[in-house]
Amino acid sequence: MRDDVDQAEVLCDAVRRAAAAGEAVRIVGSGSKSSLTAGAAEASRPARLLSVSEHVGIVDYRPEELVVTARAGTRLKTLESVLAGAGQYLPFEPPRLHGGGTVGGAVACGLSGPGRPWRGAVRDAVLGVELVNGRGERLRFGGQVMKNVAGYDLSRLQAGAFGTFGLMLAVSLKVLPVPETEQGRVLALPPADALARCRAWSRRPLPISGLCWADGLLHVRLSGAASAVAAAAGEIGGDDEPDPRFWTGLRDLRLPQLAGPGLWRCVLPPAAPEPLDECLVNWGGAERWWRPRADDARVRAALAAAGGHGRPFDGSFGHRGAGTLAPLERRVSERLRAAFDPERRFNPELTARPEETHAH
Amino acid sequence: MTADPADNRRRRRVESLLRRALPPSSLITDPRARKTFETDGLTAIRELPWLVALPETEAQVLEVLRICRAHDVPVVPRGAGTGLSGGARPSADGLVLGLSKMAEIVEVDLDNLVARVQPGVRNLAISEAVAEHGLYYAPDPSSQIACSIGGNVAENSGGVHCLKYGLTVHNVVGVRLATVDGEVLELGGKVPEGPGYDLLALVMGSEGMLGVVTEVTVRLLPSPPEKRVLLAPFADVGAAADAVGAIIAEGIVPAGLEMMDAPAIRAAEAFVHAGYPSDAAAILLCELDGVAGEVAADLARVTRVLDAHGAGDIRVAESPEDQARLWLGRKAAFPAVGRIAPDYYCMDGTIPRAHLADVLERIGRLAEAHGLAVANVFHAGDGNLHPLILYDANQPGQLEQAEALGARILELCVAVGGTVTGEHGVGVEKLDTMCHQFDAATLAQMHAVKAAFDPDGLLNPGKAVPELARCAELGGMHVHGGRLPFPHLPRF
Ligand SMILES: Cc1cc2nc3c(=O)[nH]c(=O)nc-3n(C[C@H](O)[C@H](O)[C@H](O)COP(=O)(O)OP(=O)(O)OC[C@H]3O[C@@H](n4cnc5c(N)ncnc54)[C@H](O)[C@@H]3O)c2cc1C
Repeated sequence: MRDDVDQAEVLCDAVRRAAAAGEAVRIVGSGSKSSLTAGAAEASRPARLLSVSEHVGIVDYRPEELVVTARAGTRLKTLESVLAGAGQYLPFEPPRLHGGGTVGGAVACGLSGPGRPWRGAVRDAVLGVELVNGRGERLRFGGQVMKNVAGYDLSRLQAGAFGTFGLMLAVSLKVLPVPETEQGRVLALPPADALARCRAWSRRPLPISGLCWADGLLHVRLSGAASAVAAAAGEIGGDDEPDPRFWTGLRDLRLPQLAGPGLWRCVLPPAAPEPLDECLVNWGGAERWWRPRADDARVRAALAAAGGHGRPFDGSFGHRGAGTLAPLERRVSERLRAAFDPERRFNPELTARPEETHAH
Repeated sequence: MTADPADNRRRRRVESLLRRALPPSSLITDPRARKTFETDGLTAIRELPWLVALPETEAQVLEVLRICRAHDVPVVPRGAGTGLSGGARPSADGLVLGLSKMAEIVEVDLDNLVARVQPGVRNLAISEAVAEHGLYYAPDPSSQIACSIGGNVAENSGGVHCLKYGLTVHNVVGVRLATVDGEVLELGGKVPEGPGYDLLALVMGSEGMLGVVTEVTVRLLPSPPEKRVLLAPFADVGAAADAVGAIIAEGIVPAGLEMMDAPAIRAAEAFVHAGYPSDAAAILLCELDGVAGEVAADLARVTRVLDAHGAGDIRVAESPEDQARLWLGRKAAFPAVGRIAPDYYCMDGTIPRAHLADVLERIGRLAEAHGLAVANVFHAGDGNLHPLILYDANQPGQLEQAEALGARILELCVAVGGTVTGEHGVGVEKLDTMCHQFDAATLAQMHAVKAAFDPDGLLNPGKAVPELARCAELGGMHVHGGRLPFPHLPRF
């Protein structure tokens, strides 16, 4: 595969042709996350499949700016190896599902890696986006600088929107220097005690970049200057991390605890005491992968009572917000989507559907 | 009162409804009292509002919005009025909705490390309230003793420490937003992300155009145990600028990295005697924080880079008092410059760091061509320039010259790949320069987003995004075949 191909005009044309023909458009990157939207396929009207995977290349990268701009189809692997060459990385650590993934897909799905509470989410790193909207217009939001408040921030809004505002052509991302050292610790603890430790450590200035409890073990990742990491390791105690692939496995959702059906991805206030059993607890408590033994309604009620929310991590995951949004937020979201794509052309089956909207 | 009897009846009706909805001290109709609200930090622009409401509760905010919506009254949200782009400039036929009476810290949650605060709480008051727990709120605009957290959200404000700790958008996890219809949109909360679109990110920096912020949940961070501030003088502005990029390229992200040029140094020194070297062409102020060993290691590396770029005698401040003294000159720089010229005009463009030296030199040449002086004091680490254009409003033509120079400077920022505003917002001040940064379709998309929240354009009308017709008149925009995109949309 060539690594520098500009297909922006081809893609814009394809969207304009779909618009003229009144067709829907389903956007795909490399297809690594198709399992997150697969459940939607039957529900939707026939759609033209538009692949961004050939629109590739790093458009601009000057390491001293801490910013990289890449075409949406650029493979995460390619981008991350270029960054690594300059001693930098993507702070939001996007998962590589099935080993793959593109830059556009990583932003559209908005899944952030294990360091999210300390290093920021996908949206925190997004500085600019070039996008084709439902009218086939090529738009540029944000830019390539860290601080920019000119106009509404329509770039960060694309993170986690699953392409329902438009087709992303290129993204500018903030990058960071790779920490000098990284070290993993593990402590054998029951889940409630693990949560208490997470709470206590979060209040102290420690170089923590990951806190995950799974199957009786609290995994701690420390990153930073060697002396700071060594001191923190002493304070935290425990043993050396026995599994060298634990943190990348967690990032790529490849851990055995995350396989199989019935899994929910939940987001909670980190100190929320429940749900805890049947969970893999990530982000020091704020992200919990839960395999509940209850029906959906009870699960949603339990999450709401705990001050959080969640969705099954299956083919319906990309149905952003369906069923979980308050009526007002759903109405505003629908209007916002229509502002970009009045015909619901892009990924029409994703996000709250109009019939649900009108019920309120 | 206006000449139109129907309008007079409408106005009387609105006033009486507001009187019923608000405590007596929360509705200001007296012209002298209203005058306090006629301008914000951009004092060159003034307008006397028709009414001012200062609600004490969210319920009152909602009621005021419903009344205004029902009677087509424009609403201008206002925090502390320190904004520098005229974002809170009133509408003559509208209501200023001031949030200053809603200034309670509602909750400090030490388990989840967040604080829930009302919009009128001052930025610094949050850090002060949690200091006893070893915590703080990171974004620290220079105006932090005065500006409100609601205003910070509306402007996505930054501060000296945002290079390492991020802007408001990175440190606010929840917002309650009152819509123009008087309903509450709850976005985020104590959770790191919401279930739907990231509307929270959209609200950041939206300049009061999409809704009124009635509560903010901020993230609290543990205070770093170690801190060093160093001052490096340079005989050459370009060398100082290049050192900035070199520090970052070295893999160090300082807590703060600020630059001042000779006019700014001299003004600050004359004002607060911070001990800055008055003969330097530029100084860099660099703050490093973290745990002990880390700070020492970074300090050694930064010093090496600075030496390699020709820095003079580097001073390192270890005690909190010495550090405060080094920062004092930087923090007092704006008022200090205010003492050396009758007026100054503060710009706010951001550029990729690689262009710092070149852009500073070109700003100098532009200033000369306009017959004005410029002092530079700015957030060098993230390329956010604050050229202060010195002028005298009493000299005929100087204000116009200053504005013209400002516009050229911002165009220059856009030309090198930057932006017209890094942290002060567009307000009414930068509407024209927005036409240079964005094309018609992109601006039209922004108007469509605004309409999704506020279809009749009642919230803060005429701010943040220029009308396309305005851009077309300026000639800064290409309008194909006389057709604007989104022809069906009203132009606000
Ligand atoms: C000396 C000085 C130094 C400064 N330094 C910095 C700096 O370092 N970094 C920086 O970023 N800024 C700086 N500023 C600019 C200013 O302080 C910030 O923009 C600040 O966030 C404005 O807050 P405020 O409460 O004064 O808002 P205001 O000026 O009252 O309003 C600003 C905008 O926010 C809207 N708004 C206010 N409150 C609400 C609300 N509750 N809901 C919805 N919209 C609202 C208004 O409509 C307006 O558009 C400085 C200003 C001064 C005067």
